[in-house]
Order: sequence, then structure tokens, then C-alpha cells
Amino acid sequence: MSVLVYTENWEGKFKKLSFELVSYAKQIAEQSGTSVTALSIGNVDEAELQKLGNYGADKVLNASDDRLKVLINKAYASVIAQAADKEGANVIIFANNFTGKALSPRVSVKLKAGIASGVNAVPSSFDPFTVSKKVFTGKAFANVVINTEKKILTLFQNSVDIKETAGSVSVEGFSPALDDADFATKVLDVNKVTGKVLLSDAEVVVSGGRGLKNAENWAPLEELATELGAGLACSRPVSDEGWRPHEEHVGQTGKVIAPNLYFALGISGAIQHLGGVSSSKCIVAVNTDKDAPIFEAADYGIVGDVQKILPELIVAIREMKAS
Amino acid sequence: MKILVCISNVPDTTTKIRFTDNNSAFDTTGVQWIINPWDELALTRALELKEASGGSIASITVINVGPQTSEPTIRKALAIGADDAVRIDAEASDAYAVASNLAAYLKDNPFDIILCGIDSSDYNGSLVGGMLSEFLELPSVSSVSTLDIDGSDIKVNREIDGGSEVLSTTVPFVAVVQKGIALEPRIPSMRGIMMARKKPLTVVPGAGEGALTTFVSYDLPPAKAACKMVDAENVKELVDLLHNEAKVI
Repeated sequence: MSVLVYTENWEGKFKKLSFELVSYAKQIAEQSGTSVTALSIGNVDEAELQKLGNYGADKVLNASDDRLKVLINKAYASVIAQAADKEGANVIIFANNFTGKALSPRVSVKLKAGIASGVNAVPSSFDPFTVSKKVFTGKAFANVVINTEKKILTLFQNSVDIKETAGSVSVEGFSPALDDADFATKVLDVNKVTGKVLLSDAEVVVSGGRGLKNAENWAPLEELATELGAGLACSRPVSDEGWRPHEEHVGQTGKVIAPNLYFALGISGAIQHLGGVSSSKCIVAVNTDKDAPIFEAADYGIVGDVQKILPELIVAIREMKAS
Repeated sequence: MKILVCISNVPDTTTKIRFTDNNSAFDTTGVQWIINPWDELALTRALELKEASGGSIASITVINVGPQTSEPTIRKALAIGADDAVRIDAEASDAYAVASNLAAYLKDNPFDIILCGIDSSDYNGSLVGGMLSEFLELPSVSSVSTLDIDGSDIKVNREIDGGSEVLSTTVPFVAVVQKGIALEPRIPSMRGIMMARKKPLTVVPGAGEGALTTFVSYDLPPAKAACKMVDAENVKELVDLLHNEAKVI
């Protein structure tokens, strides 16, 4: 028995979410009296692999075959299922992001493991195995019982605290069997986002809506984001109008995010938008309409013109940081 | 070439979410049902591809796993432009049961391209497309934001966590699509609605496996404290509150 975590890396470094996943796995392993094995696929060096031990991994399996340099769903799912078999894993944990959504359902079918996706807490019971997950895009939570011996969980981001623990970890090379037939999909080109904070990793997100009036008015938002090391986002009308790329759309049909701090600037807060951001720890809203629904979801609000307030906000933040 | 679009019947995205039977079931009273938004975008893209194909894409079929009550939503997909529809008469009790029922049907009724939306706006599983591709042992491309077909050459753009990728793949395959795949969903025309009544909707019994999970109860998020308002003339106070009270900057 063990808990297996599928970790993710980017350019040889583990993503922050990998440490959250290992911390989460550690809590489950402690409560069920078992150990944590982390699986790393790709080129990650020994020192980086060792870091997983600081968050509770007892063992790291390192699969660094050249053919696994890019994400091929079918091949990766096979590698993860082989690791689960090797470790006798009864709980397998993924992030609830694009990668986790691509791989976890395939592994579920391979292992006939019931799956709860978008879970936001450790299981409330191990018998029956019951865990809370988000439903209706954050408008409610469901308690799901997984009825199979093997279970898969995908963790909603920023749901548990990343905890450092002292511990030793053993790193093992892992050479799964790879089948040519699993590589029918070919990655021809990769466009990496550089110099920008990824929306999924961002602790602070600065988001603009129709209140910004047009695409040319985004410069102060970008300046505020730079000042705070924040990710940039927008509401649906903004991406539909083509003012911003659709990757930045947060809301029910766009990305669902949960940063520590979310700035809703010139966003009225339609129910679909709130669904995508309501898990944020703190929401700040600036809007000219005092009756806008965003103020019902916000922790702090200013009624006013975002174009006037943004420059003042940037100055005030600079002053705060300087003091 | 034949394209299949898997559609889910979900509550309208503006629905106020309530539960009934001691919070053990979703309260469907007064709920408007729609095509799951991502599935609707997938259908729109499928129709665009068919129209641009010069006849090489012969038909667009929509398929749904669900009871008879999902038929108005299936008819809407036909009104938007799908050529025919299949309803697998089984309860959509979890993603595994849905994917398994789809796979059981598709093993005998193959398609070249299968499109699924990345998520459903009700239970937020994001699972059916991936499970289906594994059941059918097909290649899959996930989080697809563009899909182009030029003869037998298929180009796909997918968003990854950290950028995007251009991929090529071979038919048959499953594409799990997200926002960007089509700009806006199509709205049925009056002519489309009239024609939809005459288009074939085949009902087949479910032949898949049962659910692996059970949704036992639901909770609503705790009520939020009132928003603390700051005067527009005093932006500095907002920064103070974020720094000293909320401790988020």
C-alpha cells in the first residue's frame, strides 16, 4: 500500500503545485498509515528530486526516458499506471489542471480506479472513502464516496498548505515499458510562456473587465501585475471582444482559479464569472456601479472609475513596499 | 469522414444551485437545461469543419448518455446543425459510467474524430473524454484550443500548464476541447428548429459498466462576510487593509 503522487516539472524544476500535492499525499498517508511515493517524468536532476523529500515523499521514482520529454497522454498514462502497480498504490494523486485532466481519466480506466476530481480537502472518512470536491463551478461542494479499492484524486489548486517536514527520501530510477503505439500523437512545436506569471501558479491575480473600455487601457493593469508579481486575467466579454487572449479568461467556461488575492477591476461579477474566482482567498473589487454583484463576492471594494483608481493603487503599493 | 460530438445535458449556467432531500440531491425545480457550454463549442467547430471540408466530412453526429428528459437538449444540438443523434438510455451516474456506455456503443459504431468538452458545468469532472479514449484505446489530445483538418493532415493546438503546443495526430482520435475551439456557439435558426424535428434521434439501451463513485451529499459554501468598502478618494487605505488586515500583499 502507498500513496502515489504524479508530480509536474517545468524546465527541470518542480512546479509549486507538486509540493502542494506531496504535502496533501503526506496527510493522507499519515492518516491511513502508509507511505508516499512521488513519480517524476522528464529531465529533473538529483538535487531537485531530493526536494520532494522536504514535503513528505518517502520515495521518488524518476522516469527520464527521452521519449517522455513532452506530454503524450497515452504514453504518460501508461507510465503512471505501471508506477502505481509497482508501488501497490491504492491512492493516486494528480493536480486538477490541464495535465491532471489529461492523464487521470486514462489511469482511472487502466486501473479501474474510481476518481474524484477537483477535491478540496483530505478525505473526511477512509471507510467508506469519502472526499469533498467542487461542483457547479465552485457554487457548491459534493461529498463523493469512491467505491473501488484503488482511488484517484485530483487536487484543486491552493486547497492545502504546503508543509515542509524533515525526512529522507530515496530516489530510484524507473524504466517503464513504452509501446510505440502510444506515441501516435506528435508534438511538433512548443510555445512556452516566458516572462509572465502563469495564471495557474499565481498567488495574486489582476483581472480586468469591460470597465476598462478597450484593449489599449491594459497598460496600467500590466504595471500593477508586475508590481505585485501577479498573473493577468480577464472576464469573458474581454476575451470575446479579442481585447485579451482567451487563455486569460477566468470564469465558468474559462479558467477556474484560487489565488490568495484577486483584483476584479471593472468587472461587474456575473454569476458565471464568480464561479471561476470565488475560491480566491481575498477578492478586491473596483467598479463604478455600487450595486454590481461583484461587491457581494468581494472582501474589499471601491466604488469608482478603475482608470482613475489604478494609477493611485500602483503608487500606494509602491509606497507601502518602500516603507 | 465522420465526426461525433459527445454532449452533456446540464443546468443553465445562471442557475441558482439548491439541493433537496436533506442535501442529498440537486434540486431540479425550475431549472432550464442546456447543452454543456464546451460541448456546444465543440459542436460549433465540428460544423465549421464540415462546411469547409468540401464534402470530405460526411456527417456530424451528437451522442448523449441520459434519460429521455435530455432529449430537448439533444434536439437543440440537431437544430444547431448536427445531422443525427444517438441517446444511450442509461443514467449518467458518474463519469466512468458515462464513458463506459459511450465506449460500448462506439466499439461497434466507430467515428473518425470524437469531440468532447473539457468539463461539464454541473459536476466538473473533466473526465469523460479522457476515459473514453482509454476505453477505446485511441490517442487523445486534451485542452484543445484549435483544430484544423487539411485532407488527412490534422493539426491541433493545445494549451498546457505553461504554454501551448502544436500537435499532429492520426484518425481515429479523441479531442477534448476547451475555450477557443470556436469563437461563439451557434444559435439555432427557425429553419434549423423545424428541420431538427425530422432528423433521426436513435435511442439505444446502455451496455456499459456502472458507476465507481457515489455522490452522497452536497454543501453550499459558507455565507461570505459583507464587503468592506473603501472610499475612492482613499486608495491608500485599501493597500493598508490588504497589507495589515488581510495580509495578502
